[in-house]
Amino acid sequence: MSGSSTYVPKSALGRWFESRLPLGGLIHSSFVAYPVPRNLNYLYTFGAILSFMLVAQIVTGVILAMHYVPEATLAFGSVEHIMRDVDYGWLMRYLHSNGASMFFLAVYVHMFRGLYYGSYKAPREVLWILGVIIYLLMMATAFMGYVLPWGSMSFAGATVITNLFSAIPLVGVSVSHWLWGGYAVGGPTLNRFFSLHYLLPFMIVGVVGLHVWALHVVGQNNPDGVEVQSVERDTVAFTPYATIKDAFGLSVFLIVYAWFVFYIPNYLLDADNSIVANPLVTPAHIVPEWYLLPFYAILRAIPNKLMGVIALFAAIALLAFLPWLDTSPVKSARYRPVFRIFFWVFVAVGVGLGYLGSQEVTEGATLVARILTLCYFAFFLIVLPLLGLFEKTRPLPASIADSVLANSSAIAPAAG
Amino acid sequence: MTGAVGAVGVGAVVWPFIDQMNPDASTLALSSVEVDIGQIAEGQIVKVLFRGAPVFIRHRTKKEIDEAVNTPLSELKDPQKDSDRVKKPEWLIVSGVCTHLGCVPLGHEGPFDGWKCPCHGSIYDTSGRIRSGPAPLNLAVPDYVFLSDAKVKIG
Repeated sequence: MSGSSTYVPKSALGRWFESRLPLGGLIHSSFVAYPVPRNLNYLYTFGAILSFMLVAQIVTGVILAMHYVPEATLAFGSVEHIMRDVDYGWLMRYLHSNGASMFFLAVYVHMFRGLYYGSYKAPREVLWILGVIIYLLMMATAFMGYVLPWGSMSFAGATVITNLFSAIPLVGVSVSHWLWGGYAVGGPTLNRFFSLHYLLPFMIVGVVGLHVWALHVVGQNNPDGVEVQSVERDTVAFTPYATIKDAFGLSVFLIVYAWFVFYIPNYLLDADNSIVANPLVTPAHIVPEWYLLPFYAILRAIPNKLMGVIALFAAIALLAFLPWLDTSPVKSARYRPVFRIFFWVFVAVGVGLGYLGSQEVTEGATLVARILTLCYFAFFLIVLPLLGLFEKTRPLPASIADSVLANSSAIAPAAG
Repeated sequence: MTGAVGAVGVGAVVWPFIDQMNPDASTLALSSVEVDIGQIAEGQIVKVLFRGAPVFIRHRTKKEIDEAVNTPLSELKDPQKDSDRVKKPEWLIVSGVCTHLGCVPLGHEGPFDGWKCPCHGSIYDTSGRIRSGPAPLNLAVPDYVFLSDAKVKIG
């Protein structure tokens, strides 16, 4: 997939620049001539959608930072100032807050796509792990971003998550004081969260660069899980095919995004966050943003504080080991009928945990949360390793081209 | 040998970058607060802000004191005698931060009429000790001293 570029700029200026910094050649070989498997479906447009959302969040975020004040007594008011006084401030704020949710919606589709088609398997293990790192950075960024408006829920969320570190034996309390810059969440905490919230997205950009590089070295996976054998028969050029497909996918995605921003901008926002933070009062229902709910449910389900924290981090860290936990040599769920069932069960478990994370703690809810937590870990630690050894898979197509042509056998051949 | 010296050098450079996040001098200076307790009625619980977090000051009734003192230690998840947690038995002064995940428990709630945390249901008694629920420890007792019968300095 990689190699020296055949790109020759058309203008003299272009050739002068190219011989000094081969940017044109890089773009050409990565996004114009780059061979893309011809059987990709729209699930494969989410990488481009994610790149767009990252840029959108950075642009709207930098703009918000021109008006936001990261100081405990002024922060909440500065957000209201953005909403009411700053020209189009309301738009920037809603684009950024709903953008975060859309960013996570896209990342979950992207990750589940990878899970379904086995995109984490050899030789794409490093690509997958880089993705897990991006996911972790996204969660940290989103968590800190949510604290910045300094509403009641911002404060409560900051308190709960930073209190997790006090569970560490011996050094836990000192670590908490160090994180807070005080004896509880307060002004110093807000200030440093702002600094880090500004920093982390640029670290995400760096890891995304590595992620795309790793992708282009090994080439994309595809819905049949069969590697490219012949570039002419199995692939098409990125431009115009993938470019147009990505643009269309992005357009549909933007319609959903715009729906939230312009019609229901506060739908995903907790009402308690419209009340300024008060350290003496905790909101009646502490709920994180929807994209963190499944992990919150796992944290609450475990009765022991330290074990709950460990389970929370383990649930995410486990993802990095996926390439080695899944023992099946067949990549795509299209050819793994048993795995496909477990995949959808896992999706249901994830949604179920997410729902429970939003609900109050009752005995019944806790019992179900514990069962689902066991299912979550069992999927990675029991189902995936064993399935590869015992599953009867369907026969794979001989090549990508064969798979595509077999699907279009009803189409009449082109007239001579 | 060179490695060891190098490690010390790196440590010396890195330490300021880590230490700067610790509570600063101005935060440490705010580390005590004086509270007027003369107006707090018997049975009343008052919440004050101390080091950025709530502290409960409870003027305990005789019934509440007796229940706290007469609890067998075997019933406690984090065994502690009531007398080890108070200086004057009618004044209970404890941190208002649940030892589970940091919510503020609600006073005069729960089967012991102590506190109940609304987040995950931890129950504390009239000495602020954990009785049931996921919290691992009793409500912390801050440093305090009575400046007079009507004034206490916390911290």
